[in-house]
Amino acid sequence: MANENFETTIGLEVHVEMQTNSKLLSPSPVHYGDAPNENTNVIDWGYPGVLPVANKGAIEYGMRVALALHAEITEDIRWDRKNYVYPDNPKSYQTTQMRTPLGRHGYLDVNMPDGSVKRIGIEELHVEEDAGKNTHGTDGYSYVDLNRQGTPLVEIVSKPDLSSPEEAYAYLEQLRRVVLFTGVSEAKMQEGQMRADVNVSLRPRGSKTYGTRVEMKNINSFHYVQSALEFEERRQAQVIRSGGKVRQETRRYDEPTKSTLLMRVKEVADDYRYFPEPDLSPIHIDQAWIDRVQAELPKSAGDRQVAYVQDLGLEQYDAEVLTQTLAMANFFDAAVNAGADSKSAAKRVANYLIGDVNAYLNKNQVELQDTDLTPENLAGMVKLIEDGTISTKQAKKVFEAIMEGEEPEAYAKAQGLVQISDPAVLTPMINEVLDDNPQSIEDFKGGKDRATGFLIGQLMKKSKGQANPGVLNKLLLAELNKR
Amino acid sequence: MATSISKEEVAHVADLAKLSFSDQELEHFTGQLQEIVAMCEKMAEVDTTNVEPTFSVTPNVNHLREDVADNWHEKKALLAQAPDEAADLIKVPAILNGEDEA
Amino acid sequence: MTFNYFDKTLADLNADLKAGKITAEELTKETLANIQATDEDLQAFVRMHEDEALAKARAVDEKGDFSNPLAGIPMAIKDNIATNGLETTGASHILSGFKPVYDATVTTKLNDAGAVIVGKANMDEFAMGGSTETSYYKKTKNAWDHTKVPGGSSGGSAAAVAAGQVPYALGSDTGGSIRQPAAFNGLVGMKPTYGRVSRFGLFAMASSLDQIGPLTRTVKDNALVLNAISGFDKKDSTSVELEVPDFAEKIGQDIKGMKIAVPEEYFQEGISDEVATQVKAAIVQLEAMGATVDKVSLPHTQYGVAAYYILMSSEASSNLQRYDGIRYGFRAPDAKSLEEVYKNTRTEGFGDEVKRRIMLGTFSLSAGAYDAFFKKAAQIRTLIIGDFNKVFADYDLIVGPTTPTQPYGIGEEIGDPKTMYLGDVLTIPVNLAGLPGLSINAGFNGGMPVGMQLIGKPFDEATLYQVAYAFEQVNHFYDQHPVVEGK
Ligand SMILES: [Mg+2]
Ligand SMILES: [Zn+2]
Repeated sequence: MANENFETTIGLEVHVEMQTNSKLLSPSPVHYGDAPNENTNVIDWGYPGVLPVANKGAIEYGMRVALALHAEITEDIRWDRKNYVYPDNPKSYQTTQMRTPLGRHGYLDVNMPDGSVKRIGIEELHVEEDAGKNTHGTDGYSYVDLNRQGTPLVEIVSKPDLSSPEEAYAYLEQLRRVVLFTGVSEAKMQEGQMRADVNVSLRPRGSKTYGTRVEMKNINSFHYVQSALEFEERRQAQVIRSGGKVRQETRRYDEPTKSTLLMRVKEVADDYRYFPEPDLSPIHIDQAWIDRVQAELPKSAGDRQVAYVQDLGLEQYDAEVLTQTLAMANFFDAAVNAGADSKSAAKRVANYLIGDVNAYLNKNQVELQDTDLTPENLAGMVKLIEDGTISTKQAKKVFEAIMEGEEPEAYAKAQGLVQISDPAVLTPMINEVLDDNPQSIEDFKGGKDRATGFLIGQLMKKSKGQANPGVLNKLLLAELNKR
Repeated sequence: MATSISKEEVAHVADLAKLSFSDQELEHFTGQLQEIVAMCEKMAEVDTTNVEPTFSVTPNVNHLREDVADNWHEKKALLAQAPDEAADLIKVPAILNGEDEA
Repeated sequence: MTFNYFDKTLADLNADLKAGKITAEELTKETLANIQATDEDLQAFVRMHEDEALAKARAVDEKGDFSNPLAGIPMAIKDNIATNGLETTGASHILSGFKPVYDATVTTKLNDAGAVIVGKANMDEFAMGGSTETSYYKKTKNAWDHTKVPGGSSGGSAAAVAAGQVPYALGSDTGGSIRQPAAFNGLVGMKPTYGRVSRFGLFAMASSLDQIGPLTRTVKDNALVLNAISGFDKKDSTSVELEVPDFAEKIGQDIKGMKIAVPEEYFQEGISDEVATQVKAAIVQLEAMGATVDKVSLPHTQYGVAAYYILMSSEASSNLQRYDGIRYGFRAPDAKSLEEVYKNTRTEGFGDEVKRRIMLGTFSLSAGAYDAFFKKAAQIRTLIIGDFNKVFADYDLIVGPTTPTQPYGIGEEIGDPKTMYLGDVLTIPVNLAGLPGLSINAGFNGGMPVGMQLIGKPFDEATLYQVAYAFEQVNHFYDQHPVVEGK
């Protein structure tokens, strides 16, 4: 808390780019990293006379987010135009949903830093189009790339229910997780797929009226949001304490100094001259449509965590790690469905994903879905371990192979990586070793535990590492006791 | 109602509309707009309590497109129309007070 | 003068082409020669596409398929309808040199039908005006009297057809821009039901009001052209998924028992005696043909102009904000900063009438004015629709004058926007309600035509053609034509 004399009020407006195949109003592809203006057509460029047609997929993705945030879905929607002139805004208006947002009155339960759960209200969420991208040259010119123009966004507007920078951070983390698990976006902050506009004001503790709010736009890191808010708490408190008035202004976060800088003072409210978009047909959403989208909605991270802990016996921590990304959670679910459905098998799959697989992804800088590993192969390898066909040590080689797309059982067989668990094979081997090492038998009888360790070592050497250590241990003790 | 539209207001509207007028033109436009606005104020006579506004008469509902990407490959033709371009980007004089909207 | 279309209907031309009496190329060459001879005076065309027209005509000849009634026949298209690769400007300086990289849907349909587009018809800048005087490029004359305006905004389209330069032309109608110039030039002009014809590629003025439609000398011709350009278009979310009927299907059926409503508001103050007399006489004729005629009331008519000017200018202010000198068209050469690119480009690129409407629209949508202006106008629109619905519960169509006055002199009203706006009082309500409206020549007064407007139920264009044809056939006004002097 900045100061015990003040209460902080924070509202967040979060834009998430939805990864549909095509744009909100034109069939141009939604795709990142292509050459400038590659994915643009006359509609994206706002040519005279061209007309938009809205993307059903974008509406349904928006509905997914609305449902995941427990929002009421608006039955009748009419698009609005938000008029403003900017080089990255070709029509000079943004197509949005001002008067009839897709969803209203939702909420998000957020795990707060102190361990409590706080319900943050979602005022509304709406679907709208993204702008293009400007780059600023050092030559006195700016350059416009319209590839991003028209990418469908969902804008999620919170109620001013957040009262500290830490809460804002926790909210954003939780919101990102929820959005991620709707499958509409990877919500990569560094690629600008998720961006936050922040409103913050301070008021004397107990005061009924909110203070003047300061706005910060397009912050694309949760840490920056928190840091910017911490700075604003200090700055605004100081202004008020020194008898000044906080001005209504737009500021921006300056990362190097961890402070916020004035961009412009808002003397008059912006006049966007919103009005209903006459070029698009209205949208009517009935219950059957909502039900269909609900059925397609992937299970949330929270629901999956509960299932992982309760049904599969995972630790809460592991469940959380597995649900960091939808891809990982889906992969885990698929592996469990592919046969790794016992508690111990599921635990092994989880350990592999959290440990070796993550290490592989980090080392090679790839995404899980871009590797050759399949859930079936991971589950297959775990089954080989579970039924003693291969040792965990042998599994290391098998793991490397399945990361390259090999089928685990066939690979293990071909490589001779099969564990010996058969007593009929192991017992003669044990007796041979015992016969060669009478001193060790003496030591064992004399109570020296080390002796068995030595004998196991000899046996592993003899079996070229293929003896099943558990079985071997049991049989060795039995043979020793016979002597 | 009698909204008289002032010269200052007209100047503000011109700014929103990205038009510039000389003082004399502004004077002239203000006069004409006042006359038109006055004509339109006749609408105030009509009682529109509980009357839903009509913004479009299209009978269409849910005229939507399936989410299928189709690149029309128009980039070259589009850039050729741009008054100024460089490296396949649209070139404009520096954007100064940069603030993305969305 | 070499050649004109005064004595030929589309059906005649089609028969000649089929019979090989003339080729499309010959027809096109004659047409181009005639336009060259007559247009220096008339100024109907803002731009000719001679090479493309001849190439198209030759292609049609080569194919030899004249099953489509428009195949191989020249026509004119309004300069706000996109033609791929051919300069299209909306008669505005801000689009000078602009070549769309796409066809309007109606252009595609015309091309597919084998139509030969000879050039772009002049118009008021961005279709804003009622006299074609706001064109950046030229002033078109009325075909009947070269001192008078041809009406607008589709004034070039109307003059070209009336002067026999082309057998038909396309126009666009937002508040009367097809019907009023049709009336001023003694033509048949149809503003179809909103959603009947795709707006894709029509440079938008007011998206909720704009429709494309044909201007022709005869009713049958008009129906044939509407057949060719109508239909659902998946690129236009407001085009309607209705089967397109044969609009000529009721042509020739008698109008006995047809229930016609005549709104008393359409004959009130502001309507000139000449117009009132002529249209009343025409209505008496319709009655004599067996229609029943009753007086009705459309009580909110007098608020139509105000509501229209607010809604139209609001939408237009938004639609025209894209002309900013950044991506296409004209950019002011002297602009240094970004703000100068915007302001100088628009200030130099737009004419006064366009600026006036942008200003009015921007004002109407602004925070302080929205409720009293934009929303109020949209509510009045609801009441106007209600007026029509009430009448159409009991009647088949509504008949009245198209315009309050006959054509006025060039330069006479251009300085007085308010008076000009009131000239649309009878056509505007039809656009606000999205209904089909047709203007047909009701006869002449003082040597100048007077237009009669038929207003139909949504998507009932066929009935308008039926009644218009019946009227046309007892009068044959289209046999009269203006004197055209060539060079
Ligand atoms: Mg916002
Ligand atoms: Zn937004």
